[in-house]
Amino acid sequence: MSQIDSKIPAGPLAEKWTNYKAHQKLVNPANKRKLDIIVVGTGLAGASAAASLGEMGFHVINFCIQDSPRRAHSIAAQGGINAAKNYQNDGDAVYRLFYDTIKGGDYRAREANVYRLAEVSASIIDQCVAQGVPFAREYGGMLANRSFGGVQVSRTFYAKGQTGQQLLLGAYSSLMKEVNNGTVELHTRTEVEDVVIIDGRCRGVIAKDLVSGKLERYAAHAVCLATGGYGNAYFLSTNAMGCNCTAAIQAYRKGAYFANPCFVQIHPTCIPVHGDKQSKLTLMSESLRNDGRIWVPKKLEDAKRLQRGEIKGRDIPEEDRDYYLERRYPAFGNLVPRDVASRAAKERTDHGFGVNNTGLAVFLDFSDAFQRLGRKRVDERYGNLFDMYQEITDVDPHDNPMMIFPAIHYTMGGLWVDYELQTSVKGLFALGECNFSDHGANRLGASALMQGLSDGYFVIPYTMQNYLADQITVPRFTTNLPEFEEAEKKVQAEMDRIYDIQHKQADKSKLVSVDTIHKELYKILWNQVGMARNAEGLKSALKKLKEVREQFDTCVRIPGSKEGLNVELDKAIHLRDFILMGELIAYDALERNESCGGHFREESQTEEGEAKRNDEEFMYVACWEYQKDDDTAPVLHKEPLNYEYIKVQTRNYKS
Amino acid sequence: MDQNISFTLKVWRQNGPTAEGHFDTFEMKDIPGDTSFLEMLDILNEQLIEQDKEPFVFDHDCREGICGMCSLYINGNPHGPAQGATTCQLYMRRFHDGDVITVEPWRSAAFPVIKDCMVDRSAFDKIIAAGGYTSVRTGQAQDANAILISKDHADEAMDCATCIGCGACVAACKNGSAMLFVSSKVSQFALLPQGRPEAARRAKNMIAKMEELGFGNCTNTRACEAECPKNESIANIARLNREYIKAKLAD
Repeated sequence: MSQIDSKIPAGPLAEKWTNYKAHQKLVNPANKRKLDIIVVGTGLAGASAAASLGEMGFHVINFCIQDSPRRAHSIAAQGGINAAKNYQNDGDAVYRLFYDTIKGGDYRAREANVYRLAEVSASIIDQCVAQGVPFAREYGGMLANRSFGGVQVSRTFYAKGQTGQQLLLGAYSSLMKEVNNGTVELHTRTEVEDVVIIDGRCRGVIAKDLVSGKLERYAAHAVCLATGGYGNAYFLSTNAMGCNCTAAIQAYRKGAYFANPCFVQIHPTCIPVHGDKQSKLTLMSESLRNDGRIWVPKKLEDAKRLQRGEIKGRDIPEEDRDYYLERRYPAFGNLVPRDVASRAAKERTDHGFGVNNTGLAVFLDFSDAFQRLGRKRVDERYGNLFDMYQEITDVDPHDNPMMIFPAIHYTMGGLWVDYELQTSVKGLFALGECNFSDHGANRLGASALMQGLSDGYFVIPYTMQNYLADQITVPRFTTNLPEFEEAEKKVQAEMDRIYDIQHKQADKSKLVSVDTIHKELYKILWNQVGMARNAEGLKSALKKLKEVREQFDTCVRIPGSKEGLNVELDKAIHLRDFILMGELIAYDALERNESCGGHFREESQTEEGEAKRNDEEFMYVACWEYQKDDDTAPVLHKEPLNYEYIKVQTRNYKS
Repeated sequence: MDQNISFTLKVWRQNGPTAEGHFDTFEMKDIPGDTSFLEMLDILNEQLIEQDKEPFVFDHDCREGICGMCSLYINGNPHGPAQGATTCQLYMRRFHDGDVITVEPWRSAAFPVIKDCMVDRSAFDKIIAAGGYTSVRTGQAQDANAILISKDHADEAMDCATCIGCGACVAACKNGSAMLFVSSKVSQFALLPQGRPEAARRAKNMIAKMEELGFGNCTNTRACEAECPKNESIANIARLNREYIKAKLAD
């Protein structure tokens, strides 16, 4: 087994980060100006990192694929951001947020990283308020809070159902301030296609200008990837259309370990799939579970009539409704963590109790809340979500319960990083959803925003200095070095190869669009590498994924010119990497023969159908190392997880 | 259940900022009413790809009405006929069998066409860079509850901050003015104590940048307010004018 050093500082848990900050190496102001840092991505992690590093005096080069940094997908986060402020006087504390996060993640995250996250959480709220983020407030002028799944305190700060938007606009405004100050050089509509490694350290990137179609070289002393997750491998997800894992997968190809890829979050409250022309799924915020109650009919015949469209949800009397989350998990009820809620919905619909025409939906009902609080107060809390639901489905949630179903939403797995957020490639860092570090096997609601901003505002500004302290004598790099030359040539050759597939195919009737192949990938991943997995299904998925790659390599059609803007060519590059990602998820899921968090192996469950963890064999981070090419199986390394401060227990949301 | 509809679709094709553009016409058959407008365009593009023709290019990303990327001018309205909704939140049940649906890009001197209906809105980023922020450094902030903010002000600031920067206001305005966009940002900060110290600088610098970038002036036609997918109010423009006059008087 190779050595995996997570670089956790010594000392008591609560003092690790303080000690680290006190003893880390610094870079003096005059030297910061001479050091370049590339930040890829402008979501919460990327924008906050670029802005903070720029403020410190480093020269930052920042990339985003959209037309503006403000469009990054963090913007779509609805519900809120957690912080251990204890403003509600309900017994919250740093330790409790730490504990909830470790437990919510089913004991598959590192103690030290998560404690640091909980520790800096309060500063994030301070920072955002100072930026002018208009969080919801009480009449007394204090900040308001609400509850999210998996916890028993109110620690979630929010801005209507648009918390991600407001936090991102806060980070974006800081970023634009630094663009104005000249410390950040911003490149929009630019996608990073490869990382460049010189003498074992990451020293730059090859990026594609998406408008001109030309490749460009950028050199720096260090590179941060903040490119988000890989949920779009599944085609249908709540991710934005442009979200992709190309930069992260390319880093993996260049030697960065990929950790826990099988930990994928399936969000329980999304608008169900309709028809086969759909391109993405819409999330309904978890905050709805504060007041909405989830149910299906008790009687199978009622479910059948709902499926045939003969009756509506409101026609079913109270006594014939099965509030299955409240029934199975009395202590947490409708606010159980996402993985638990999703599996419970699958359990009911697998037994035929689904409530829409496809049988793949459950009800989320507000009639109780309307009676208890009055329509006006409920609308104040969720009005915009009700409107959104009605616009999409043509059903008014005031008249009839909403219909929801689980969908791919977030990926806990990601590039392996140490305590300093550095990957296994020196000088290459990963931030936010792009890394694996804090959420274990399942992320709690309102913790993604917390982690993205923690990494960007409060962690990387320290750890980056520690890395660069001995690099101050290294002069700026020229992009004429042979390593850049070679990397660019390879990316160009790969783009040419993908574009020319259609010309090499003799039988033109076999040519299909990128989306057609992506939908094939979706079917395999969703059915066999989705909410419930088993060894047989995973092995068959791995076989089928090879066929998908074969189809891609021989049949993908990309109209238009190779030069200039070509959206289909860019999608094809993403798909090439989604296929490899899908394989990684399947390899990891097959190897991890236990159920934990978002990963459910049918072979490993209790008699009641609850997930059964296997701590003896699987209490580790699975770190996958790329081998010579995409067709070769990756090699597994294990980073053992040690719990010194938390007693490892079976997750219990029942009592 | 939603009905299927068939209609004529005219979309704007243009190969670059200086190229001459034209409409391409397609007959769309049996599109389900619960298809979103952008999914309908996905269907069109799949058909074009199948015929080895270049797909129609348009900006889109989150498809949840929040990223501000989608930007289509549909039948003479930015984001189409629905009120308070972005293009991605528009559903085909809004249209009828036999309709002619015309799709164009945002048309404004400040937003040059990149290709087809994809336009360059980087001018908005430049306006924000001129002053759309508070100059607070990371890690220096006091406790979040140290300054109380009345709920009314916080809520109003939130309404202003809801702007998604899509540019529909500019596209709707006969003068190509960005006043609703600028005033929403200025208003958000003007309503919050954190934004007050730089209020005068902000108003002056953002207005100056807006003028420099070729956006037009406001003549109070209220087209922007009518077309804004986030229902931003022109009361913001009045507030911006007050902030601007105050700043100028103080000079």
